[in-house]
Amino acid sequence: MNLAYKDIRHNLGRFGLTAVGIGMLLMIVMGMAGIYRGLVEDASLLINRIGTDIWIVQRDTRGPFAEVSRVAPNLVHRALAVPGVASAREFVYHTIQREHAGKPLRTAVLGLSWPTDKGDWLPLIAGRPLRQNHYEVIADQLLGLQLGERLDLGKDNYTVVGITANMISSSGDGMLVVTAQDAQAIQFDTTGEAVRLERAARAARGARSDLGTRQPELLKNAYRPSGQLPAVATPQISAVMVRVMPGFDAQLVADTIAGWDDVSTFSRQAQEDLLIKGTVDRARRQIGLFRVLLTIIAAIIMALILYTLTLDKLHSIALLKLIGAPNTVILGLILQQALFLGMLGFVIAYFMGQYIFPNFPRRVILFTSDLIQLALIVMAISVASSVLGIWKALRVSPNEAIG
Amino acid sequence: MRDEVAIETQALTKVYGRGNTEVLALRDASMTVRHGEVVALLGPSGSGKSTFLNTIGLINFPTSGKVSINGRLVIDGSDAHANLRTFRRKHIGFVFQKSNLIPFLSAVENVRIAMELNGLGSRAARGRAMELLDYLGVADRADGLPTALSGGQQQRVAVARALANQPSIILADEPTAALDSHRGQQVMELFARVAHEQGAGVVVVTHDHRSLNVFDTIYEMEDGVMRKQQEAPLANHG
Repeated sequence: MNLAYKDIRHNLGRFGLTAVGIGMLLMIVMGMAGIYRGLVEDASLLINRIGTDIWIVQRDTRGPFAEVSRVAPNLVHRALAVPGVASAREFVYHTIQREHAGKPLRTAVLGLSWPTDKGDWLPLIAGRPLRQNHYEVIADQLLGLQLGERLDLGKDNYTVVGITANMISSSGDGMLVVTAQDAQAIQFDTTGEAVRLERAARAARGARSDLGTRQPELLKNAYRPSGQLPAVATPQISAVMVRVMPGFDAQLVADTIAGWDDVSTFSRQAQEDLLIKGTVDRARRQIGLFRVLLTIIAAIIMALILYTLTLDKLHSIALLKLIGAPNTVILGLILQQALFLGMLGFVIAYFMGQYIFPNFPRRVILFTSDLIQLALIVMAISVASSVLGIWKALRVSPNEAIG
Repeated sequence: MRDEVAIETQALTKVYGRGNTEVLALRDASMTVRHGEVVALLGPSGSGKSTFLNTIGLINFPTSGKVSINGRLVIDGSDAHANLRTFRRKHIGFVFQKSNLIPFLSAVENVRIAMELNGLGSRAARGRAMELLDYLGVADRADGLPTALSGGQQQRVAVARALANQPSIILADEPTAALDSHRGQQVMELFARVAHEQGAGVVVVTHDHRSLNVFDTIYEMEDGVMRKQQEAPLANHG
């Protein structure tokens, strides 16, 4: 006869409520692990999905994710000239916060190197990749935009042509994918008044210079668009992404490029490490420590619950001792209940999490390995928590049954 | 087996506390109970009856004195000469003032558990438990939880549990206190029946003088001192 089962059956409502309580507690522990994983996964997601071997960034920076990087667009052509380089693409990336439909729209804008990269690699769940150089955008579902929806960014109007799943920046913002040119247009957009003021300032600077005094006709150029002035640099890009030909040593190619004085190079793994050990490290450690704390709290609460459940059964335990039950029977009664309570709590936590976690603003990722680890921890907690109850039960004298 | 000694105590003494707070609960209490004999232990509250019962039930140790069961010395002062819990399980059945059933087990399970703890398989244990409940007239309430049974029914289930392992000794501490006189008389007669039919030695602590006719021997305790008052030949009860 399984006494643990019989006791649970008799106190089903109370046991069920206790299991739900423990389940909710474990769901938070599980959620913290999921948030931790989500943070790490989000940080490295773009780097892993974009499919590049070498990142070329501004010299002595850790860009383009960990810090700002600015390189000339012609770096793409310089990289293509290096032996072993299969392809080189522009990478434009920045975060903006605008307003759309009366709500704030915070997003990471990713510029693709048109026409070599149209976003065919993106995890689309609806719509299509980019088909034209301008005014098309692919949005992550986290942004809440619909296919065909129109979006004002800068002076231009963009149409949502595709929806992605889980294209998220390291800070958890959904991504907007456009061509690199559009990304730059969004990034460097200035108002008409700012343009007029800049042109006036440009003319004033020219008038003060010797060249402006000697050749006043040149000052008329100050009022022309920046793109038409050779003296004004074209907008810069964040980085260049390089794919290495099969059979070539990526490290050798990276070392060759790193030999140029204006750039630094990072492998895909190095970029991932920069993000995880840099940008998200503190948040990662904070969540990790909080998870440990929650696990300890869960253990203490479970110990108290199991101790209380044991106290409620002390008379029955004394009676069992009186009629000659060996300690193993009493130990089994408490331990089986503790393990069942822990496992039931774990299952409840898992299923509650399946419903609740998708509604969190950031991704909560439950890895099987983490779930197995938590299940083992719960079992260990259950056993450890029951020690107090077992200690109390083993100290009970059969006399207590007599009263 | 009859006429063989089931319980024999020699000069049991129990002292609680020390110095000014010292209380002598038992003073050289000696008793012999034979198989098939029903013994009543009378006395006012605080006279030491329950202390004596708990000592021969191997629950408490005496300060000095010996307890032998079925001819085997089990307790000698504060020394145990056997695993007391195992010995209790195999040889002693208990019935208390309150039925003391395990609340999360049904009537039949309360009886079964005693047998399963003693190594009997669950099917055989259930069969015998049902026989016992039938014998005691509560088979129809076998699947009811203790809270669903009347006081008398609970007490009969407790008696069934005490009989489950066919113990050589049954110890009952005021088993009729919570029952009306009719039910109380029934329970006392039941003990006598069990003793005479199954050859168990039965010791009943009681205040209930209305049922004394069922006992073979009556002991009386006062201030820890035990005196034998009456002995009837076992042959009278067949």
